[in-house]
Amino acid sequence: MMDLIKEYWQQYLWGTEGRPSGMVVTLWLTILSVCLGFMLAIPLSLARVSTNPIISRLTLAYTYLFRGTPLYVQLLLIYTGIYSLHAVRATPLLNYFFRDAFRCTILSFTLNTGAYTTEIFAGAIRATSLGEIEAGRAFGMSTLTLYRRIILPSALRRALPAYSNEVILMLHATTLASTATIADILKVARNAASDYYLPFVAYGIAALLYLVVSFLLVWSFHLAERKWLAHLRPAIKRMG
Amino acid sequence: MTSLVFAYGSQLWEGTVATVQLALLSLGLSFVIGLAGAAAKLSANRWYSMPATVYTTLIRGVPDLVLMLLLFYSFQDLLNRITDAFKQSQIEIDPFLAGVCVLGLIYGAYFTETFRGAFLAVPRGQLEAAAAFGMTQGQTFRRILFPQMMRFALPGISNNWQVILKATALVSIIGLRDVVRVAQDAITGTVSKGAYYAFLFLLTAALIYLLLAIVSDWFFHILMKRYSVGFR
Amino acid sequence: MGDYKLIVENVFKRFGAIEVLRGVSLRAKHGDVICIIGSSGSGKSTFLRCINLLERPNQARIVLDGTEIVLKPDRSGELNVAKPRQLREMRSKLAMVFQHFNLWLHLTAIENVIEAPMHVLGLSKRDAIKRGRENLAKVGLAQQLEGRYPAQLSGGQQQRVAIARALTMEPEIMLFDEPTSALDPELVGEVLKVMHQLASEGRTMIIVTHEMNFARNVANHLIFIDKGLIEEEGPPQELLANPNTKRMRQFLAASR
Repeated sequence: MMDLIKEYWQQYLWGTEGRPSGMVVTLWLTILSVCLGFMLAIPLSLARVSTNPIISRLTLAYTYLFRGTPLYVQLLLIYTGIYSLHAVRATPLLNYFFRDAFRCTILSFTLNTGAYTTEIFAGAIRATSLGEIEAGRAFGMSTLTLYRRIILPSALRRALPAYSNEVILMLHATTLASTATIADILKVARNAASDYYLPFVAYGIAALLYLVVSFLLVWSFHLAERKWLAHLRPAIKRMG
Repeated sequence: MTSLVFAYGSQLWEGTVATVQLALLSLGLSFVIGLAGAAAKLSANRWYSMPATVYTTLIRGVPDLVLMLLLFYSFQDLLNRITDAFKQSQIEIDPFLAGVCVLGLIYGAYFTETFRGAFLAVPRGQLEAAAAFGMTQGQTFRRILFPQMMRFALPGISNNWQVILKATALVSIIGLRDVVRVAQDAITGTVSKGAYYAFLFLLTAALIYLLLAIVSDWFFHILMKRYSVGFR
Repeated sequence: MGDYKLIVENVFKRFGAIEVLRGVSLRAKHGDVICIIGSSGSGKSTFLRCINLLERPNQARIVLDGTEIVLKPDRSGELNVAKPRQLREMRSKLAMVFQHFNLWLHLTAIENVIEAPMHVLGLSKRDAIKRGRENLAKVGLAQQLEGRYPAQLSGGQQQRVAIARALTMEPEIMLFDEPTSALDPELVGEVLKVMHQLASEGRTMIIVTHEMNFARNVANHLIFIDKGLIEEEGPPQELLANPNTKRMRQFLAASR
């Protein structure tokens, strides 16, 4: 057991010279897909609540497809499936993009978390009170200003609890990257487990690392909620 | 090209059946664990509530794939050590059974939270009336608490079911011949024939999941109507 | 002991450091209508809830129909029944009507009424429905409303269904916990009318209430509880006309 830890602890955390692995890779995968997913979700959530039925339905089709199928299948489809298409390999730019496991992984993670995030944000936008919107209108705001200054900031704050949950689920989902040969925490654990025939120790360490990161995320979102959702707390605790 | 899909059609069907069976059995197990977990978590006795809290916190803090590999390989390892010690031949854990147990254990934690919230959402007066009319605890649970709780729990149950359905795809990683595995095998099977139809097979697998999701959505919609009688 | 249906003696109840009841007693004969009045926080509801042990007293003696309920203190010092079966039997004889009705929300009016008779008393569904319909008619609920869920009924209708639910148990004694306090003023009358009718049929009732006129006209015994003690009790007309204590005079003046 000590041998395993001695040999692998660096790989579990940040990797060996020039080859990042473990926690660093897991965090990088999470941050990248969450940020890209967020940027995707902002315009798409607006499209989702659009009064134009075609725009709204098309967005629903996207979110339903990606929420209705397993991320693992999406990853396989993008990593193995798309690259098997002759047209893709014949196009230099597509060939360049889909040849790389990391890019394929990030693409599938982004599309997946983007779909969930879109629905979370769209739900929050729909829940924005008409009073807030009317007040904005009454002060002569244009629709764009209204969205930028009133609806989105208010909706995103209210979406925070659901969104924090999605981020933690995304952290957990990054473990699938290990099936695409990317050296995240789980991949290191799988290597260590087969090297030393100590699955409990190897996977146990991985579980512990994920647990720590999850707790840190929960805790920081908790702080964020206290800061940004203060206006939703009742001023005086009501008596039971 | 379509003939290939037909050739793998029966295998895909078997894979789909395996996926649905696995999902249903996992749902059943996690449902039961969830009810027990919620009861334990709501108990005033710390000897019940503390372990339940530790269980849900740990399970929900660790990715399902990590838990699956951890439990599957550790248990197999333990089993091998035992059989070696008794000079017996090795026993291979059945991936289907392992899948049911692990998914049941993982989603039992999520169901614990679902049911805990639903229990708390039932107004206290409902249970008090049952007690005041002389119902036993069992009767109160079966006839009053459970039907009312189900209404509050259904959105959560529906959500957990959709998650379990998708999580079954992970069990192919420990060797279950489910939809995903059949599709992957089909890919390697066709490579030798010089045709590389990975996209098609995987797309088929994805469509099967999508179909299952749509059917489930529809089913839960009906259930939701049934259980919301008497509430507005 | 004589012919008392219910004897409750020396009920003490503490919530943490607060003594809510400090030795309250009550005796009820067949056909008695006992009203309990007092300001909010006086302990009158807690006392009623101690009678059927929805609230666990710290000290009490309860005798129902000549049989003493066996109580023993648990670790927290509250009394609990020694035999759960005896508790259920007692509760099926003491049907309760709650302030907030507490009708089962997932059951229709008639289902609410037959639920406990079927599953606690063991009546057949047919007998339970027959009995239940009679009682729904007695409380004046139109037959076409029996298939409605509580959420589809008015507060007054809900409380009348709750009374029918209690009646269908054919209880020895009916307990009413402020049955009209949660109702809109215009709905109070229909519920009081039903209760008046029950009293005139000779049913034994113990009623916690704020309705002084009802207490004066219907009750044969009035109990005024203040700060967890019985401050005064007696025939309601005398008591309400000439209260002896300053506390009761203040209370009556405030509730006029």
